[in-house]
Amino acid sequence: MKKTVFFGALTAAGLVAGLASAGTLEDVKARGTLNCGVSTGVPGFAEPDANGKWQGFDIAVCRAVAAAVLGDNNAIEFVPTTGKTRFTSLASGEIDMLARNTTWTLSRDVDLKFDFVGVNYYDGQGFMVKASTGITSASSPEIDGVTVCIQTGTTSELNLSDHFRSIGMSYEPLPVESGSEAVANYMAGTCDMFTTDRSALAARRATQEVPTDHVVLPEIISKEPLGPLVRHGDNEWGDVVRWTLNALITAEEFGVTAANAEKLSAGTENAEINRLLGSEGTMGEMLGLDADWAKRAIMSEGNYGEIFEANIGADTIIGLPRGVNAMWTNGGLIYSPPFR
Amino acid sequence: MSTFTSTEREKFRLSMLLNDRRYRSYTFQFFALLVLICIISYLGKNLVENLAKAGLNISYGFLEDPAGYDINQRLIEYNSQSSHLRAAMVGILNTLLVAVLGCITATVLGVTAGILRLSNNWIVAKLMAIYVEIFRNVPILIWILIISSIFMGVLPQPRAFKGENPDATMLWDMFAFTGRGIYAPGPIFFEGSLVVVGTFVLSILSIIALRRHARRKLYSEGRVIKTGWWSIALFFIPTILIYYALGSPIGLEYPELKGFNFKGGIYARGSLISLWFALSIYTGAFIAEVVRAGIQSVDKGQTEAAAALGLRNNFIMNLVILPQALRVIIPPMISFYLNITKNSSLALAVGYMDITGTLGGITLNQTGRAIEAVLLLMLFYLVISLSISAVMNIYNRSIMLKER
Repeated sequence: MKKTVFFGALTAAGLVAGLASAGTLEDVKARGTLNCGVSTGVPGFAEPDANGKWQGFDIAVCRAVAAAVLGDNNAIEFVPTTGKTRFTSLASGEIDMLARNTTWTLSRDVDLKFDFVGVNYYDGQGFMVKASTGITSASSPEIDGVTVCIQTGTTSELNLSDHFRSIGMSYEPLPVESGSEAVANYMAGTCDMFTTDRSALAARRATQEVPTDHVVLPEIISKEPLGPLVRHGDNEWGDVVRWTLNALITAEEFGVTAANAEKLSAGTENAEINRLLGSEGTMGEMLGLDADWAKRAIMSEGNYGEIFEANIGADTIIGLPRGVNAMWTNGGLIYSPPFR
Repeated sequence: MSTFTSTEREKFRLSMLLNDRRYRSYTFQFFALLVLICIISYLGKNLVENLAKAGLNISYGFLEDPAGYDINQRLIEYNSQSSHLRAAMVGILNTLLVAVLGCITATVLGVTAGILRLSNNWIVAKLMAIYVEIFRNVPILIWILIISSIFMGVLPQPRAFKGENPDATMLWDMFAFTGRGIYAPGPIFFEGSLVVVGTFVLSILSIIALRRHARRKLYSEGRVIKTGWWSIALFFIPTILIYYALGSPIGLEYPELKGFNFKGGIYARGSLISLWFALSIYTGAFIAEVVRAGIQSVDKGQTEAAAALGLRNNFIMNLVILPQALRVIIPPMISFYLNITKNSSLALAVGYMDITGTLGGITLNQTGRAIEAVLLLMLFYLVISLSISAVMNIYNRSIMLKER
């Protein structure tokens, strides 16, 4: 009995590992669809709309890559993943890329053998409490003994433990599987606090009945650079995803939008725009794509700034300010290496 | 004597491996074994090669590293700086706790419901039938979720106990039923408490000895010794005497609302209670059916014969029917106990940190060592299940029909 189960598992693992070795770019082109791993639902970042069409800030990255590689930003198979299943899905080859508020850390990059292609949102972990509790700070003595809802399998879990250790106070973790479950527990009062990345907190707060009943505390207890990632070792595919993201950022920097990309691609005075949109140089060819790849990526959902404003920006219900996610020319951290 | 084998037996020839029926089966089995070894080593080699190609290597070094996360329910000392191995131990103990509690209450529930289902009272019998049909026909995960959300939603949160005119109050100032769990007074042990506990254990042992003595007298001399009052006296009097003689060395600590939660006393978390309750009522429904079948398998003549001897109803059940029914009931019970243990791995649905939640959940995620962690998990469940089977099989052998 023991042996059969053991070797059964080994066989399964062996088969799965065997599938993951071919070139992803060729696989995607041959398949005609991009398998993109996304979260199971974070308002503004990744959520199916009323028609069942996936929308959001992270989704836009998937769509841009699909547009660049396949020429169709709807040729995507969205695979919802939880904090627990995301890495296995990517490592096993079930998905080609993961665009799901995932923090770039050394151990994930090195030990788990993934490549983070860049950062599309600079985040930090925060806390949300009900306004009625009267708590104003996550490091004041009054929070001793608090029950905290935490999504299991995330870096937040470790940061939370470090935070309470550093302020020398006790707490009770209440681990849950998904963000929506955490919110359900928080709303029922089973936990006093909900902790996750501040962007997600803002999103959750915005979708509550009375958002002002909830307070996001000022403390930021960690750095959470979120970005898309691919499997380690398939550098051609990694380059495609990385430069698609960079194309969106460069487009914002040079004022290329979904609306004017077509016109600008005929050729402009600016050599960088020309190289980006393919009227000059052989950038697309170097990546194993055609010359119009970046134009299609930008025309899919707009440049980085347009995507931000449409999904999570100040005019949406999420209402996040650009903050550190502003373009570097405006004093933010969003910066793309040159297209040269 | 020593020579007769060599002289009487035919000399062994190689062709006999195929032609002689005595050896042929061994030959075939030998080749079958060779083929099996080849297949397994091929699969193993395939796995190792593919893992190496994917850049993964199997290593259990991570078990020594600090876990870095906290666990709410800890039966042993643990903090975020303890190792992953320690976290796994905490999880194992939590699994065992809910499994043992579940097995006990499921048995009590199941046996009661099974017997009541055969009751002559129409309402009681039908109620039990409804219980069995509802609970065993809905998946256990659904029950866990339903019970947990009822628990969470219906009971007041600790905040409701606050203030001058609180929305909720404690029961006799001792018990607090909240959506986060149930708080009850817990014992605190002062100096000399060991003597009290020791006395209590000794009284229990002497009650058992007394009953055994009475039974021996009954069997050997046919004398009935009444043990009921003696047992009760032994249970209470020595312990109470010693307790007051030593000046009350065991106190009670009442839970008290401090800050966000109650502190002090015993705290049974909502996750544990939901999981425990769901496992018990779900498996209890199955056990009820087995108990009913076991009782019905005892011939009606046995009941009639016992009644003819003048035994009262509860004696008939306890002395005649149940001992015979147990022979039918115990073997399926083994698999119910195994099911409870394995179903407890659904704990994460309510955030109960069992072994699947710690080693197979957070540790697996934070270290990314999926294959290693899952292999360890399988080994753990296997060892636990086989131990339960072994213990239950020993018990089964002791009540089996003994042929004299």
